[in-house]
Amino acid sequence: MSTATVENSSHPRESARVRADDARPLFGWLFAVAVICMVAAYIRAIYFTPIEALQGAAQKIYYLHVPAALSAYLSLSIVAVMSIVYLWLRDERADRLAESAGEVGLIFLTAVLTTGPLWGKPIWGTWWTWDARLTLTLFLWFLTAGYLVLRGAIDDRSMRARYSAVLGILAALLIPFIHLSVYLFRTLHPMPIVLKPDRPSMPNDMLFTFLSFFGACTLLCISLIRARYRYGVARDLLRAAESEGEGI
Amino acid sequence: VRPPLLATAWLIARKDLAIEFRTRTAFFAVLVFAVLGVAIFYFAWDVTAVSALDLAPGVLWVIFTFSGLLSLQRSFGVEQADRAMDGLLVSPIDREAIFLGKALANLVFVAGIQAITIPAVALLYNLPLGATLPILFGIALLAAVGLVAVGTLFSAMAANTRLAELLLPMLSLPFFVPVVYGAAQATATLLAGRPPAEAWPALKLLIAFDVVFLTACTFAFPFTIEE
Repeated sequence: MSTATVENSSHPRESARVRADDARPLFGWLFAVAVICMVAAYIRAIYFTPIEALQGAAQKIYYLHVPAALSAYLSLSIVAVMSIVYLWLRDERADRLAESAGEVGLIFLTAVLTTGPLWGKPIWGTWWTWDARLTLTLFLWFLTAGYLVLRGAIDDRSMRARYSAVLGILAALLIPFIHLSVYLFRTLHPMPIVLKPDRPSMPNDMLFTFLSFFGACTLLCISLIRARYRYGVARDLLRAAESEGEGI
Repeated sequence: VRPPLLATAWLIARKDLAIEFRTRTAFFAVLVFAVLGVAIFYFAWDVTAVSALDLAPGVLWVIFTFSGLLSLQRSFGVEQADRAMDGLLVSPIDREAIFLGKALANLVFVAGIQAITIPAVALLYNLPLGATLPILFGIALLAAVGLVAVGTLFSAMAANTRLAELLLPMLSLPFFVPVVYGAAQATATLLAGRPPAEAWPALKLLIAFDVVFLTACTFAFPFTIEE
């Protein structure tokens, strides 16, 4: 494949294109704002939001749990889209963004998977149940962890980018199948435990707490991805400088 | 003019199978592993609490998954000696043909293991297979196609990484979930003596998985071997 050879030989030049001023401070103002919003949302949830009548204090986990899940989905969607973009355009930035979003996604998935059981134990009476959404989240965690391990196991930059993009796309294809498996399973063997009740309407002050957590969490997610991306830029710059040094 | 895709794939598969047939070490090792696994399961089994019919589908599909992984491991491992992979890559053949050939050889390998393990499980666990045996082989074949499609691709990828043996199961197992689920459900339905029509949703899942991932992995493979 002649295009592949051209692609490969252009890589040193591509890394040289990363200019020195691209290496900016990792945690900028955006991260500071996100942290402040997060703290404010916590204070609001803990001290200024009424305790739910049926579930008690455990219900407050919801304010962190659901926004964390949404941030995780956001991150993983970025991985999937950037995987396609990378294989299409062969732009290193897409690969770096996928890498950053993958790592941040794993953090948020871990938050979802730890806050979930904490809520489930008092409300459902069990830490874990093989419900469709729980199982899917668990396997998203496995897939994301596998994705990051794969990245760590390859030294060659373009090979790492291609392999992880292929895995990113296949994982996106897999998710409907896992979902379908658990869904079929669930209809064959009905679960004894009722799913989390959907509230048609939430009291306004609870809704506001949820929305502020949602905003803070999304902001934190984006600022973390940005910080991780900038770290990637700095790392690649350093590698490029090192290999140039070796050349001389 | 390049030779047709499937003819080339068959050549590659025949090469791999010839290597395997002449050495026979891998097939024998994986077969022993599979039967050993079946036997080990017996010791973790409370005969009075769980009936063989309930246990067998799980045993079968866990064993197939792991012995499948073992057999897939060597698929691209054999190309590493003397950098034989480079020979394949410089040959005037389509990359897709290399993938399909490798996958076909793996399919024959895995199906061979299954053909011996299924009767072995039936024998050791006293399963009344009888008329359901052909259907069971059909399910096994459908599942094997899915396992092999994903596994062959990941085997090609894992062989080039620092973690080779460790990475293949880590990447593959999440992808085996729908396959194991579909196959085990269909097997359980059959063994319980329920009408085969009840196994249809699980089989549809298997077929859809095979179609989607055989296609996706065939197209993805060339991206993993650019040099």
